[in-house]
Amino acid sequence: MATKSLLARKKRMAKAEEQLKFLSNGIFNEEDLPTFKDKLKQTEDLPLKPNPLEILQINLGYMCNQVCEHCHVDAGPDRKEIMTKETMEECLKVIQQTKAHTLDLTGGAPEMNPNFRWFVEEAAKIGIKDFIVRSNLTIIRANKKYYDLPEFFKKHKVHVVSSMPHWTKGKTDKQRGDGVFDKSIKALQDLNAIGYGMQDSNLKLDLVYNPSGAFLPTNQAALEADFKKALKADFNIHFHNLFAITNLPISRFLDYLIASENYEDYMYNLVDAYNPAAVKNVMCRNTLSISWDGWLYDCDFNQMLEMKVDSKVQHISNYNEAELQNREICVSQHCYGCTAGAGSSCQGNVV
Amino acid sequence: MADSYYDSKDLRNFPKISEWSEELGEKFFDYYGKVFEKGALSEREKSLIALAVAHVVKCPYCIDAYTQDGLQRGITKEEMMEAVHAGAAIEAGANLVHATQMMKKYNKLSH
Repeated sequence: MATKSLLARKKRMAKAEEQLKFLSNGIFNEEDLPTFKDKLKQTEDLPLKPNPLEILQINLGYMCNQVCEHCHVDAGPDRKEIMTKETMEECLKVIQQTKAHTLDLTGGAPEMNPNFRWFVEEAAKIGIKDFIVRSNLTIIRANKKYYDLPEFFKKHKVHVVSSMPHWTKGKTDKQRGDGVFDKSIKALQDLNAIGYGMQDSNLKLDLVYNPSGAFLPTNQAALEADFKKALKADFNIHFHNLFAITNLPISRFLDYLIASENYEDYMYNLVDAYNPAAVKNVMCRNTLSISWDGWLYDCDFNQMLEMKVDSKVQHISNYNEAELQNREICVSQHCYGCTAGAGSSCQGNVV
Repeated sequence: MADSYYDSKDLRNFPKISEWSEELGEKFFDYYGKVFEKGALSEREKSLIALAVAHVVKCPYCIDAYTQDGLQRGITKEEMMEAVHAGAAIEAGANLVHATQMMKKYNKLSH
């Protein structure tokens, strides 16, 4: 398993431009498969326009204590892109004026940003309805300075959303690194101990499942039942919801698909599973993504592909929500990942 | 033309069999879809049965399809292999149970 990002390893797929080029050539260029734009045209969903804004997703930086095989951010300990306090102050101004009801902090490991706690304290004061932190769980056990994170989350009524690719150690460690499973179990137990994830508790703890390989996730409800049964029986762990997320063919997962010769089959599967009902609720229609350096994107995936919003307003320094609502959403072939089957978003299925 | 009888890409064209016989093709795919819906058995259980049968009938397309289906459903490799053994045991049993006929015939012809 790699211990460095694609960027540090100077791999071709570390570059957004190369990824976009790859996703537009081959099977999509030789007319074997329709491009995502063509598919939207067929189902009369072009141009793709935003619905009312509900979620502001802020990426606090690409640094992470893990180097997961499927990571669409290409995050890792060697990534130095970190949001500054000045940019956070600009974000707070945006949070004060937004109509969005959900604030979603992501990364990398957002907790590794040196101003993370200050930012959470300030943002919590604004009183947004649902305040999510996407935590990889192991960060809580990575260093003593993070041991009290569960208490910190509880104090600010943060909704914790954590990745957990499987209920078995083998599958989890293969995707996320040796020792990740045991640390994640301990972190979940710590969170349960203070009330997170318990039945009827208002301290929300949700898990994110994404497949550990070149296949799509299936029935979210059935997977949730399997996860709940196994984690309860083996470790007495409780959680609220499981979100099943499709791996999008970008960054490290794209690199893996190409190297394992699964790219073509995977794209055929995604295109076959295209569901117009999922397009109605796809995440980019109710979300805005803000990068560590304050640029605006339709979603976190577009952020990684450096596809900024198609609007006069492209940076939080001149944020204007009304203007942004008029934009057209930027798409490419990776978007098939969010419209396959029951759809996929940071909140799981969309239909 | 491919130079082998089986090409994994042919599986993508499976739905096209309806183009040459629309009514029968559609009836088959409707039936197929219905069979694998959740009923008295879960979709997960049906997927494992399909995987076991895929080996018994030695269908490479079906093995690819139901290995992938199993992965999608979170079925572990241990569960998959046990299902394959269940099919293999029935296949071996179906062979060996005929030995009773051999024994009967042997005994009848011998004195």
